[in-house]
Amino acid sequence: MGFVHQFWQLTIDGLMSGSLYAVIALGYTLVYGVLQLINFAHSEVFMLGAFGGLFAARGLVNDFSATPHGLASVGIVLVGLAVGSLCGAAAAFTLERVAYRPLRKRNAPRLAYLISAIGASLFAVNMAGKLWERQNVTMELPFTNGTVFHVFGAVVNTKTLVIILVAALMLVLLDTLVTRTRLGQSIRAVAQDADTAILMGVNVERVIVLTFIIGGLLAGAGGFLYAMTFSASNNMGFIPGVKAFTAAVLGGIGNVRGAMLGGIVLGLVESYGGYVFQASYKDVIAFLVLVLILMVKPTGLLGERLGRAA
Amino acid sequence: MSTTATSETSSVVPDPGGPAPGAQAGLGQVVTGALVSVASARRLGACVLFGLTLAVMTGPNGKAAEPFGAIRHAIVDARIVYFLIIALVLWLLISLWPLAHALVSIVTRAVRGPVTSVTEQKYAPIGLNVVLLIVAIFVPYFFSNASVTWMVDGIGIYALLALGLNVVIGYAGMLDLGYIAFFAIGAYATAYFASDKALPVHGPFILNPFFVFPIAFVLAAVAGIVLGAPTLRLRGDYLAIVTLGFGEIIQLIANNSHWTNGPRGAFGVPHLSIHLLGINYSWKLDPKPYYYLLLAIIVLVMIAFGRLERSRIGRAWAAIREDEIAAEATGVPTLRLKLLAFAIGASVSGFAGVLFASKQFFNPQIFSLQASFLVVTIVIFGGMGNRLGVVVGSVILQGLAFYLRDRVPATDRYIYFGAVVIGMMIFRPQGVIPSRRRKREINLAEHGVGHADSLGASTREAGR
Repeated sequence: MGFVHQFWQLTIDGLMSGSLYAVIALGYTLVYGVLQLINFAHSEVFMLGAFGGLFAARGLVNDFSATPHGLASVGIVLVGLAVGSLCGAAAAFTLERVAYRPLRKRNAPRLAYLISAIGASLFAVNMAGKLWERQNVTMELPFTNGTVFHVFGAVVNTKTLVIILVAALMLVLLDTLVTRTRLGQSIRAVAQDADTAILMGVNVERVIVLTFIIGGLLAGAGGFLYAMTFSASNNMGFIPGVKAFTAAVLGGIGNVRGAMLGGIVLGLVESYGGYVFQASYKDVIAFLVLVLILMVKPTGLLGERLGRAA
Repeated sequence: MSTTATSETSSVVPDPGGPAPGAQAGLGQVVTGALVSVASARRLGACVLFGLTLAVMTGPNGKAAEPFGAIRHAIVDARIVYFLIIALVLWLLISLWPLAHALVSIVTRAVRGPVTSVTEQKYAPIGLNVVLLIVAIFVPYFFSNASVTWMVDGIGIYALLALGLNVVIGYAGMLDLGYIAFFAIGAYATAYFASDKALPVHGPFILNPFFVFPIAFVLAAVAGIVLGAPTLRLRGDYLAIVTLGFGEIIQLIANNSHWTNGPRGAFGVPHLSIHLLGINYSWKLDPKPYYYLLLAIIVLVMIAFGRLERSRIGRAWAAIREDEIAAEATGVPTLRLKLLAFAIGASVSGFAGVLFASKQFFNPQIFSLQASFLVVTIVIFGGMGNRLGVVVGSVILQGLAFYLRDRVPATDRYIYFGAVVIGMMIFRPQGVIPSRRRKREINLAEHGVGHADSLGASTREAGR
């Protein structure tokens, strides 16, 4: 009975976390598309973006004596998003430069990439812990968190609405970028066949760097949204990172729309599952989902179509 | 990818094998030529950034209230001079390396032939191993009790773990990131079967910890098979993620379940003891008997794995690593052998868990993700595929950890480990003491021949 009662509220919550997973999952899927490698350190890009956005926005919120409202709120959220995504992009760029590019130049075996990514991840997590303490860092919300409207009796508050709207906007923008623009076309070309793309005059190195940067922009913005609603900490990246990866696999890794769908589906499944079972085992559900997909349909919901937008 | 890679590298690095550029032009001219260029300026920038990173790494801890505080204190400080000097020296070394290399190679070319024929013998000289063993036997007498305790808990246990993980990473070329979970299974199995009070629940009969060894061995192997069977069919890098998740789940359960005593962990697991044929001996608080037991186990495991490596199975693993599809085509049962490697690795970990649990108390924090990463680091650093290498890796890294224990906060250690891992992958992917075969494979893979790991795509083509 309780579940039916709570169904719409759980759906809203699931959509909220799912849209965040989708935003992070895109980074995994894009990099996987162009390099066929799992960017293990992507969760740290998310974490660094979260810290960057949080510090910028927190400074602004603290300038107000009361909770800001109206245009000021919008401005602060935008600044947080911008700084967060810039930090994410910078982190992704550095990561590519330091941990991946030297290996790519040498044409190293794939195990080397995974291991170097783990090294980068360990380094970033503990460095952040050293610089900004190993605890949760929070900020005041830059807006009053009230109920905006009800959907079938479920409350949609400002926080949820902001996250879902911003995430949806980013997803639409990215989809347009990948399907409509010249850059998107070259990303898809590299994903389909890097060697042929070179022959067609695509600057593969540039595409790879830009792919990392786009993934970093998204993850950084997602990180800010996460840090704004929950908190930021040096090891915050791991769980959302693994979940976003699960989402990417669920949708079909390498498939951009698949990652979006996978994120939303995973968020919903987790939200319902967490209610039906126990909240403390919520994190286990994502892993179980991952193992189940890998066993039943390893190519994901929309199929593993490298280089295809859908 | 390979087409892009070659063109740029060749323009940056002058050919070290060629004649020394100093032959015609004056030496000073050549040196300035090597130092004054766009590439060199970029190298200088990179070196300075490296120096600054080093300064921040070793600098003070920061506060969340002041995001840039720690960085500013680390950089605006007299110490920065040292780091800039380090950066400058590094820059000079890198920039002049090809030159020095060319000069040195003129001298060494005549000597190199005979020397390499000695160092690249087919088998490691047995004398070296005997010497190392003798050193290992007498080492505890030269150190304090605290150091010997660390030699058991830190170095020895991790050497054993690294030997097990070496089968997975080094021999079969797969990546297992939840390796410590099997260690946890071994430890909790000991607490369950060997003691009636360590955990809220206990086995139907109380066993001597020695009899738990086979149980833990089998339990961990079964867990490895259950986990590996569905995932090993897929692309290898999924295995890394699934094992990572598995490790987290095991720790989560250990932390939350009341059967495992939650975060408090297990106390009072009995020490190992022998009551057999009139011999009554038990291992107590003194670390030395544990040291020798562990040493004996490690030596046995090393001998066993050495034979395994040279057996039919070991050769099959090498075949899978180098080219999985070719191996499959020549009749190697790739899936079964990968599963075997995974299960062997897991069982060694479970085995180590029993030793650990019977020595001291434990709680779920010990089985953290970072511990898994530490084992991976040790294997990579030491030299994947080389048994002696991974043991030496454990001695060096864990020895370093012990040395840093009072000097650097424990949590900061992982910053260094992360940096070491990246540096190792960039500059010396084969490790400190590389396995000759692995070194060759990595080299070949870098030239586009073979894979050097079994992360390849066996089912991916079918999925398209």
